[in-house]
Amino acid sequence: MAIYWTIGTPFGRDQLFCRSMARYLARRLLLTIPVLLGVATLVFALIHLVPGDPAQTMLGESASPDEVARLRTTLGLDKPLLAQYRGFLAGVAHGDLGTSFRYGTPVTREIRQRVPDTAVLAVCAMAIAVLFAIPLGIIAAMYRGRFADHAAMTVALAGISMPNFWLGPLLAILFAVYLGWLPVAGSGTAAHLVLPSVTLGVALAAILARMTRASLLEELRELYVLAARARGLSRIRAILRHAFRNSLIPIVTIIGLQFGAVLTGTIITETIFAWPGVGRLLIQAINNRDYPLVQGCILFISVTYVAMNLITDLTYGFLDPRIRFE
Amino acid sequence: MIRVGTVIVLIAVFAATLGPVLTPYDPSAQTLAQRLEAPSPAHPFGLDELGRDILSRLLSGARISLLVGLAVVSVSSLIGMTLGSIAGYFGGGVDDLISRAIDILMAFPGILLAIALVAVLGPSLRNVVLALCVIGWVGYARLVRGQALRAREFEYVQAARALGAGPARIVARHVLPTAYPAVIVQATLGMAGAIIAEASLSFLGLGVQPPTPSWGTMLDAGRSHLFDAPHLTVFPGLAIATLVLGFNFLGDGLRDRIDPKAET
Repeated sequence: MAIYWTIGTPFGRDQLFCRSMARYLARRLLLTIPVLLGVATLVFALIHLVPGDPAQTMLGESASPDEVARLRTTLGLDKPLLAQYRGFLAGVAHGDLGTSFRYGTPVTREIRQRVPDTAVLAVCAMAIAVLFAIPLGIIAAMYRGRFADHAAMTVALAGISMPNFWLGPLLAILFAVYLGWLPVAGSGTAAHLVLPSVTLGVALAAILARMTRASLLEELRELYVLAARARGLSRIRAILRHAFRNSLIPIVTIIGLQFGAVLTGTIITETIFAWPGVGRLLIQAINNRDYPLVQGCILFISVTYVAMNLITDLTYGFLDPRIRFE
Repeated sequence: MIRVGTVIVLIAVFAATLGPVLTPYDPSAQTLAQRLEAPSPAHPFGLDELGRDILSRLLSGARISLLVGLAVVSVSSLIGMTLGSIAGYFGGGVDDLISRAIDILMAFPGILLAIALVAVLGPSLRNVVLALCVIGWVGYARLVRGQALRAREFEYVQAARALGAGPARIVARHVLPTAYPAVIVQATLGMAGAIIAEASLSFLGLGVQPPTPSWGTMLDAGRSHLFDAPHLTVFPGLAIATLVLGFNFLGDGLRDRIDPKAET
């Protein structure tokens, strides 16, 4: 509501808001189309980067020429390149990403079956990151330059530097092997979700904590915080009720933009903990040389990432009118 | 922060250079009778699943990590600076073309494209460097393009143009130097990113192939022995995290020195 009051009279504000938002939405959507086309083109090109004959590589050296020829026909590799490209784009537009070489089922079905698991993991990891990072960032900003700040930021930098393919096994050694509190791998219960979520969430928490601190410090310099203190508000109240609220916009943006890191993080985390998501499916497809499935997974992850960036951009435009009117 | 980072990085360079002199064991020598042996005075970091000395392999692995980081950062920054300065200085159609390429490559999150490229090209050290360069130049190009867009309007650049200097000379002598401080920071942090990326790919079985010692492959091997030999996991991970932390400290410290406003 606060945004409405800043941009026009009560009579015209709704109209102005809707028009500016619609223009902003249209512009952002138009900018996304060439990016998606470029992503699809690169994914299409992947199979043609395979050294030698992709069909021969998939079947192995012992395959007969007939089998190789049949697979080339199935994959459409016997058609001219332009026809293959047109067919690929048409398939993508209709949600048809081909057939998995290994499973003999549609690639979209294989991916669809694993999306819920990846989504649950990603959301839990982000929730853990937000719950830990924001208090840590606030404490660091409140005690800037003091021990608490240095300690919090060193912990955050250590979190960024700690690769998830090390953190995951370390947590497994501690909580599954020594303490026996949690299962080491697999899925099915809430307990199975704890270690993968923490592993995935730590790096994001570290980045968010740094961002929260930087954003809050920026706001603490503003005069309205001083005014709030002059009105008799305690320091912590002035920070939480005024400065923190305004510092949220860049934090929300970072959460959205870091979704990509979480998505790629799932590839390693799911592999470590045998979590049955899209990331693990991609690695299994690579090991099986199931190129249609590899292409499908890469395309799915990239398009999800582009969509999340678009949603973040739109949210940012919604929250901050200056972005819409640029 | 800079000092801590510098010390860590120098120790890693020292260990990588003098690795074979520092330990009496050959990193590939197997003593199967002692496989998975826990740390001891003779083998401070223990032995792996083939009875190889983990410390010796870590020191050899440091060489791989630093070389990959250096190769990726050098090639990526060179390509990124060239394309970024061309896009920013000349603008127009060239800028549109390069900017769209940047947008498309940035639509792939993290190292996903590198995973995809190595998956189709085949796992090898050369392909890892190639794949990381394909995604690595984008950050430098964006950075330098932004700097070049600003720098081309500076009076001294216009003066050089008025004096008859050619575009190549102006870009090399007047535009690019304005971007060097930011590029140095990005390159330092890029070393950390490249080391993690190489280790990630090797961990997934897509990078350096055995028996060449790489920190990522050592961690991957440790996964099968979480219960009986956790030292296989602890030490290679500690090495990666410490070196990456060193480069992050160095990069953050340099950024704070160059741009105190951006202090983290």
